[in-house]
Amino acid sequence: MLLAEQALNGLQYGMMLFLMAAGLTLVFGVMGLINLAHGSLYMLGAYACAWVAAATGSFALGLAASLAAAAAAGAVVEVAVIRRLYARDHLEQVLATFALILVFSEGTRWVFGSFPLYLTLPGALSGAVTLPGGLQYPLFRLAIIATGAAVALGLWLLIGRTRLGIRIRAGEADREMVAALGVDIARLYTMVFALGAALAGLAGALVGTIQSVQVGMGEPVLILAFVVIVIGGIGSIKGAFVAALLVGLTDALGKALLPSLFARVMEASAANGIGAALGSMLIYILMAAVLIWRPEGLYGARA
Amino acid sequence: MKTRTILLSTLAAMALGASGATAEGIKVGMITTLSGGGAGLGIDVRDGFDLALKMAGASDVEVIVEDDQQKPDIAVQIADKMIQSDQVDVLTGIIWSNLAMAVVPAAVAQGKFYLSPNAGPSPLAGAGCDKNYFNVAWQNDNLHEAAGAYANSAGYKNSFMLAPNYPAGTDAITGYKRFYTGAAAGEVYTQLGQTDYAAEIAQIRASGADSVFFFLPGGMGIAFMKQYAESGVDIPLVGPAFSFDQNILQAVGDAALGVHNTSQWNKDLDNPANKAFVEAFQAEYGRLPSLYASQGFDTANLLLSAKAKADVGDQDAFRAALEAADFASTRGDFKFGPNHHPIQDIYVREVVKEGDVYTNKVVGVALEDRGDAYAEECKM
Amino acid sequence: MGRVRRMRQAAIVNAAVFALLVAVALAAHVLGAPYVVTLATKAAIFAMAGVGLNLALGYGGMVSFGHAAFFGIGGYVTGIFASHAAAGTPVLTLPFTVAGSAEMLGIWPMVMVVTALAAMVIGALSLRTTGVYFIMVTLAFAQMVYYFAISWRAYGGEDGLSFYVRNSFPGLNTFAPIQFFAIAAALLALAMGFVALVTRSRFGLALQAARANPQRVMASGIRPFALRLTAFVLSAVIVGLAGSLYADLNRFVSPAMLSWHMSGEIMVFVILGGVGRLAGPVAGAGVFILLEQVLGGVSDYWQALLGLLLLAIVLYAPGGILGLLPGGRRHV
Repeated sequence: MLLAEQALNGLQYGMMLFLMAAGLTLVFGVMGLINLAHGSLYMLGAYACAWVAAATGSFALGLAASLAAAAAAGAVVEVAVIRRLYARDHLEQVLATFALILVFSEGTRWVFGSFPLYLTLPGALSGAVTLPGGLQYPLFRLAIIATGAAVALGLWLLIGRTRLGIRIRAGEADREMVAALGVDIARLYTMVFALGAALAGLAGALVGTIQSVQVGMGEPVLILAFVVIVIGGIGSIKGAFVAALLVGLTDALGKALLPSLFARVMEASAANGIGAALGSMLIYILMAAVLIWRPEGLYGARA
Repeated sequence: MKTRTILLSTLAAMALGASGATAEGIKVGMITTLSGGGAGLGIDVRDGFDLALKMAGASDVEVIVEDDQQKPDIAVQIADKMIQSDQVDVLTGIIWSNLAMAVVPAAVAQGKFYLSPNAGPSPLAGAGCDKNYFNVAWQNDNLHEAAGAYANSAGYKNSFMLAPNYPAGTDAITGYKRFYTGAAAGEVYTQLGQTDYAAEIAQIRASGADSVFFFLPGGMGIAFMKQYAESGVDIPLVGPAFSFDQNILQAVGDAALGVHNTSQWNKDLDNPANKAFVEAFQAEYGRLPSLYASQGFDTANLLLSAKAKADVGDQDAFRAALEAADFASTRGDFKFGPNHHPIQDIYVREVVKEGDVYTNKVVGVALEDRGDAYAEECKM
Repeated sequence: MGRVRRMRQAAIVNAAVFALLVAVALAAHVLGAPYVVTLATKAAIFAMAGVGLNLALGYGGMVSFGHAAFFGIGGYVTGIFASHAAAGTPVLTLPFTVAGSAEMLGIWPMVMVVTALAAMVIGALSLRTTGVYFIMVTLAFAQMVYYFAISWRAYGGEDGLSFYVRNSFPGLNTFAPIQFFAIAAALLALAMGFVALVTRSRFGLALQAARANPQRVMASGIRPFALRLTAFVLSAVIVGLAGSLYADLNRFVSPAMLSWHMSGEIMVFVILGGVGRLAGPVAGAGVFILLEQVLGGVSDYWQALLGLLLLAIVLYAPGGILGLLPGGRRHV
């Protein structure tokens, strides 16, 4: 029973990571850009949702606001800053987007203050439901799993079946060719960036609802999202999906199982300490192992 | 303790001639957290401290405030600057235990007074105590001990305990168990800064506990309580005040209602100093004061009471004046134990809603005149 | 246009940047501003970390996002030896006894050995990957060390480890800010000299050639992997020594020295000053600390201003600060 609940937790965590990683990996695959400020867009989505939900009393409007605000911020940042970085090397991209994190974090603190914001669930989505087998599980976490799955399906359709998707795939393969065919590359890039930003904003709003809305909330998630896209193979949505679930499950099950595993061979409180420490290292160990085994990640085509 | 003597003599030699004490006034260096995620606590301490000076009209207390960014290395560097360049007489302001451990021993060894408005790590209360170090808040274990005492009186027999995997986290559970007499249904250490507690809640659900003690400061506590409320687990929660602070409660909302927590202060404590403080704080800053603001306020008033009796240049007299703690605390009765840590009552509070503001009301006393467990190890 | 002339210009810039740092510290000492001396010391230490990273990043083309691991390991080795020396207990008893030490000259060799070993393991595994994968796998290793330090209770865990007394150096009083600065500046000069020598040696030229054109280097019978691993280890050792000095500066080490923020900051010093330029990290670290001090006085939200400034530098001065000086932008 505990194991089943942990598996669901891992699944939910993985879906959330996927929402973050999808945007990152798209932006990297299409534009070749490392965007450290992706976590700031996540934070922005959470703040927009909390602010609008508090002002209007509607959680649905808050969610819509998170998508809109993050997409708009993404588009503005792309046009003002990011666009100038595509031709630069990764180092300068890292520095510039690191600078953007500072601006976003302190800017948000300046506007909204230093204290966490309130954001809670609407009545219809709160509480727990009883699943087949008698397991009680929070409804909202099931909703996150469903959202993640829906976004994954949507992205698959978008990239596989639409004109925009064809252009995105073409842009990944050969930039000059696409431009020569008369596609407005600048607009395509802005759209891709805004799409990635919107997904991050949505993830921020969903997670902010069950965790807390505060400055700096994006940074730990950002690092994990990078871990996910690297394991999955950079640029691959499918890789990001598989890797996100792998990371989510490894983390949840590792943290749950390791302490009890260690408890069999040593005294309880020491086992707890070591288990917890190893639990937090586990995903990095997983990542190092995958990269040593497959240097381009699970589904990566190129380095 | 051999090293300590060497340290003292080296640092004292360095600090010779570096006292900035003027005839009357006092120069205070406040190192606190004003930027980043933990800024709320530092801002409250600073505002409480400033308010006390303003209410007393103390124009001859010069306060230099610097932001430590919650980083121990920055705090150490600011302390060096305040001692070497600004030549302050008194240091104060640090919020976090790890920063205090990095700054306080060197500062007091250089002949400065340190008044702690928040952190109370156990080494500084025990073997590492110092005649120039005064804690105006609590020893770190105190509120957890009170939670343990409360759990007994509430009849809990099987507690699940949860804290982050860092020294203050282990101290919290140790403190709780010092008074709690029941069995342990589980003892779990989480990653520091963790915000998803689904795994821990699953363990709580499976544990068969009759109560959950948790110490998760800041954003961690908000996340935990919201997820706990959603999970359908309805085992009662107990914890120290840090997760139920005035600033945090608004972000937790209904999830915190009815939870019992322990604190040495609350805004409804019935004494004149507290009433004046709560009123003035709201008038000055337009928000309800927090635990941290009350601690900053008390720290400043302690300093003022000592200044009225003695010149800071005369260290022995000034120290004696601090030891007397002759000021009206917002907590009511307040005095120092032999290790310069508070002896005070610790209350049980319940989270309630007044209008649309979430706040606490006192429902009982958990521990009366509580000192701390380390005073015996302190040889001053 | 003379290659020799460009090199001479670069040498003048390098010497001038270093001399400026020393001049600031000396002037502050004479004028009785010990805190400015401490700040200059901090700048020298960060600069040294940057010089070390630059060897891997600027000359070797290895964008490591995990050098905080070596900075922190250097710091922890220092803290552990110093705290054992203070307590009078040995650091190790098995397989052989290692005594604690409060002598910088005794600690530095230990720091070099331990960081070199760590870098050999991390480097050998990470160098199987390239590009963004390399960036991320170095980050992953640094995160592992970080979480390990957080849960290592014996040495303070998350709270860090204080050792209260700065380690000693024969003939100097390390507590006097200006004398400690002298140690840091001397080590920085040594590190810069060492990197200058390495990059001009056959090894260094092969390393830079391997960055620009790996196939050609391989064709001439040299394995880029061995070149890169050697450069990675040398780079880590310099960063580890800088970490040791930083621990002494604060008499304190904590997992913060191992965090990814630290890796990012060291990288910022390098890029801010100018990638692949010897004095780049010195200029970068100096300007960074200056900005931190000046902007910190302007507003509580100074980090936002810092962000805007950094952004302007990346967008409008892509060669870093030194790229603005004569000699022009170095071609990466």
